[in-house]
Parts: sequence; structure tokens; C-alpha cells
Amino acid sequence: MAQLSVDRDFMPKKKLGNTFIRFLKQWDIQLMVLPGLALILVFNYIPMYGVLTAFKDYNIIRGFIDSPWVGLKHFEMFFNSPDFQEVMRNTIVISLLKFGIGFPAPIILALMLNEVRHMVFKRFVQTVSYLPHFLSWVIVAGMVMSMLSTDNGSVNMLLEKMNLIDEPINFLSLPEYFWSILVSTGVWKEIGFASIVYLAAIAGVDPHMYEAAEMDGASKLKQIYLITLPSIMPVVIIFMILAIGNLLNAGFEDILLLASNPILRDVSDVIDTYVYRVGIQNSRFSYATAIGLFKALISVGMLVLANWFARRSGNSLW
Amino acid sequence: MRRLSYGDRSMLIIIYILLSLLAFTTFYPFWNALVISFNTGRDTSLGGVTFWPRDWTWENYSIVFGDSRLLGGFSISVLRTVIGTVTSILATAIFAYGMTKKELIGRKLYMVVCIITLYFSGGLIPTYLLIRELGLMNSFWVFIIPSLISVWNMIIFRTFFNGLPDGLLESAKIDGCGNWGTFFRIVLPLSGPVIATLALFTAVYHWNEWFLPSIYITTDNLMPIQPLLKQILNSNIVTEHVSSLDTAAQGQLGRMQTVTSKSLSMATMMVATLPIILVYPFLQKYFVKGVLVGSLKE
Repeated sequence: MAQLSVDRDFMPKKKLGNTFIRFLKQWDIQLMVLPGLALILVFNYIPMYGVLTAFKDYNIIRGFIDSPWVGLKHFEMFFNSPDFQEVMRNTIVISLLKFGIGFPAPIILALMLNEVRHMVFKRFVQTVSYLPHFLSWVIVAGMVMSMLSTDNGSVNMLLEKMNLIDEPINFLSLPEYFWSILVSTGVWKEIGFASIVYLAAIAGVDPHMYEAAEMDGASKLKQIYLITLPSIMPVVIIFMILAIGNLLNAGFEDILLLASNPILRDVSDVIDTYVYRVGIQNSRFSYATAIGLFKALISVGMLVLANWFARRSGNSLW
Repeated sequence: MRRLSYGDRSMLIIIYILLSLLAFTTFYPFWNALVISFNTGRDTSLGGVTFWPRDWTWENYSIVFGDSRLLGGFSISVLRTVIGTVTSILATAIFAYGMTKKELIGRKLYMVVCIITLYFSGGLIPTYLLIRELGLMNSFWVFIIPSLISVWNMIIFRTFFNGLPDGLLESAKIDGCGNWGTFFRIVLPLSGPVIATLALFTAVYHWNEWFLPSIYITTDNLMPIQPLLKQILNSNIVTEHVSSLDTAAQGQLGRMQTVTSKSLSMATMMVATLPIILVYPFLQKYFVKGVLVGSLKE
């Protein structure tokens, strides 16, 4: 307050000029942030503005500014294209599968790990299961390919030994297996790491509650169901809202790498990979931008909707 | 300790079995890839190589390390990881320190500008067009410049800097240290743990990232190891596809050489995984904290 009144005494009218002089005087700290901000403006905000490409007929030679406006042409083209139904179906099915299996899996893992009293075993399982999170998708895909290979891949060898199959199955070239492979690979990679937050939440549960439940003769299963789960529910709901906001991100790196065989396109094309294929590989920039924007709008809508439902249960994001 | 009831005990047994299965299915693919990389390719193609190499050899690795393309890929990956991590951590830390200054004019606006980028982005195609127009195609700097400032890391740095004792910065000021001097002489040396954590995660990102080069780099001499590995693996798929059509011919071909594309790609994969395995113990020390900080910010 004192500072303010002194300022007013010295410069009663030139407030803007005053700010400008103060700005120049603090050039050293402005110099710390302005270059960084410039980078953010260039690499984050120009592309946001570039989303308008969706309403233009982008032409490499004419550039962004001189390309003509075409309104919703590219959106209509996508909705009427034969790919639309297939891409939407794959996106929805894959993301629902990933959500339905990939979301509860780490919670179940955390609940199971919490029951383990043998600390060495617990550390071992944790250490091993966190590791795949830090591996590149290229390496993970390479391992999946090697495991499922017809050329003496371990899975085929095992199935043959158990006399379940006579001939090795070429898993990565058969559309009917693709969704299961994709979803299990995703769970395999992330289940351990995703369980950390839930383990932390479980660790925060008051141990007296378990003691009381034990006195009353509640079984372990009942304790999980009646104490642990309700206690971690706020965390679960927050992560669920975030997962719903990400629902249309059915996959990108994993699909690009695991569905490298074009035979799988009918079951593997989701919005993101389709944007990549038509946009970058076929250079249909405006069309691909329109599809990307369409997806972003639905995602925001779903996030808002999920948050609205969560707010009614008292756990909202904002 | 209280005796467990029958139901509780059987549940525990099931839990131990399931967790052991999980650990096994996570561990086995690594182990098997490692085993295949130390086994002669010809022997592997006969089948049955699972837990232990049958026909031990260094050959796969000597070919990988003798291949100029792969060696080039490794050096690009190392350069990208080192330069990318050092520059990004330094630039982000400077940025974050500036943002902690209460007297900074426009601080609120700057913060809003940063936060918005966490929720919205232009998406793949507009970013791609921008990079093209900036002339960053087929340039090493495409790995470094766009990811120089990380808003997430900035927020974490800022939180850490805010926790430093005010008196320390105050006394540096009295001793005649400017803001930059204070940053380099006082703040940076005190930030060891947070720098280590963020640098590790940034380095892992740079080492693992494969998509940027696959769209922005078209020449082989700038290709990091991950996209090269992807090419090798995909060529594997193709040969496998051929082999399913013509098993006899493929078998003939495989028998003529001791190294196969499979044994080579497993060796390459192991070399690309090794740096991650080496830093994993350090990562593990830090990431629980990191995840919690991240989720609190959410």
C-alpha cells in the first residue's frame, strides 16, 4: 500500500508511462521470460491459429494467408467420405476397449499390491511392472512382434506345445486379433506406472478403519469393497474424468507401430492415424486439419460433460 | 499376528499368483529378446529358444556396432538427448526463475499464456506446416528448439524456486548480485534434486521419441536410432509375410547365414533399451515424487 501511494505522489497522471519505465528498469528479469514466451507463442499459438487451415484450401505454394476460404467444405467431405464410418467405429470401439480394460486394471493392481505383506516380492513386482512405461513404443512394438512372430515367436511356440494350434498364427496380419493385441499391449505398458497414484491414495487411508472392520469380522474382500474403494473414489473419479476427456485419443504411436501391415487398416484406422495418413503422407492438409479440429471439439465436449456429471457427485476438476 | 480366515488366505494366494504372472509377462519379453540377441540367428530360426541362449555368440552385436547407419543413428540419438536435455532444462529453469519474481510486469498474463498451452494445441497438421515454413525440415534443430520450453517443467521449477528461503536471495542482492548472477550462483547450485529429476525425464523423452524424425527428417544421416529400429522391425514383418507364402525358400535362405534379421533387430533393440535400463534405478528413485507433483497440479 505504501509503495502505491508513493508512486501516485510522483506520477499522478502518466500511469502507462510509469509502467513502461518500470518495465525497462526490470529488463534483466524480462529478459529471462520473454525469449521463452516468444518460443511458446511461435510453437504453440501459431499452430492454434493455424487450425483455421481447416476452413481454407491450403496450398503449399500460395501459403496460409493467400489460400482461399472454403467454409465447411472439408468437414462435409469427411462426413460424406466412405472412410468416415470405419474411422469413427474403430476410434470408438478401440477407445472404449482401452477405457473399459485399461482404466480399472491399474486400480485392481494397486489393490492387489496393497494386500501383499512380503515386501521384497512387492518391490520386485513394482520394479518390473513400472519399467515398460519408460520404454519407447518402438521397442515395445518390437517385443510384441517378436513374441507373436510366426518365426518361432514365444506365443506360437507355447500354443504349439500345448497342442492348441497346428500351424503358427500370424497374429499381426489377421484383423480379428488386432484389437486384443493393441489393448493388451497398452495395458502391459502402462498398468504398473498408472497404479502408483492409486497406491499413494490407498496409503492415505486411515488404518484404524481396517482394524475396526477386522474386529467386526469383515473379510479382506469386504474391507477392500467397503473401505479401500470408497476411500480412493475421489482420486478414481478425477482420473476417470481425465480419461473421458482423452477418450477419442484411441491411440497413435501404438497403432502406427503395431498396424504397420496395411491389411489391418480396416480395423486400425482411428481419427489420429487417419489425420496423419491423409495429412502428412497424402499432403491433404486442410482436410486433415478439419478432421483434427472435429475431434478436438468432441473431446472438449466430452470433458465438460464428464465434469458436469462428476460435479453432481461432488468431485469436479474445476 | 491374527490367523487368516480360509477365504482371506485363498484370496492372498490368488493375488500372489496373479502378481507373479504379471511380473513374468512383463519380464519375459525383455529376457527373450536379450537371449535371442546373444544367440546365433540360424539357431534361433530352428525354434525353441526361450530362457537361455543355445548357441552363444557376439556376432549380432558386432554387426550392429559395425553398421555405419546404426552407429550414425546412435550418435544422433546421443547428441539429441544430451543437447536437448541440457538446453531445455537450462532454458526452462531461467524462464521459471523469471516467473517467480513478484515485481515482474505482466506475470499473470504470461502465466495464463503458459497454462492455455496445457489444454489446447493446434494439432498435428498446423504444427507440421509451421515447422516446414520455418525451414526446420531435415534440420537437427527440429529436435531441440520446439521442445526447448516445457510448461510442465516450468511449473515444477517455479514451485521449487518459490520454496527457496527469501533471505538467501535477499543477501545475494545485498552482496551486489544481479538477478542473473543470483540465478547462476545461488539458485542453480541449490536446485540439484529438481534438476536431476526433470533432466532424467527429459532425457528419457528425447531418447525414446521416434515420431518427430519420422515426419521431419527424410535423410538417413540425421535419423536417430528409434526410427531406424522401426524401419528394421518393419522390414522384418515384410520378410515374415514373404515367409508365410514360401516357407521352403525362406528356410533355405536362413540356413545360409548365421545372422538373421530377427537376431539383428533384437540386438539393435537391446542397445536402444540399454540407456533406459541404466538410468532406471535413478528414475525409480524420483518418479513417485514426480507423479505426485504432477497429479497435485491437475
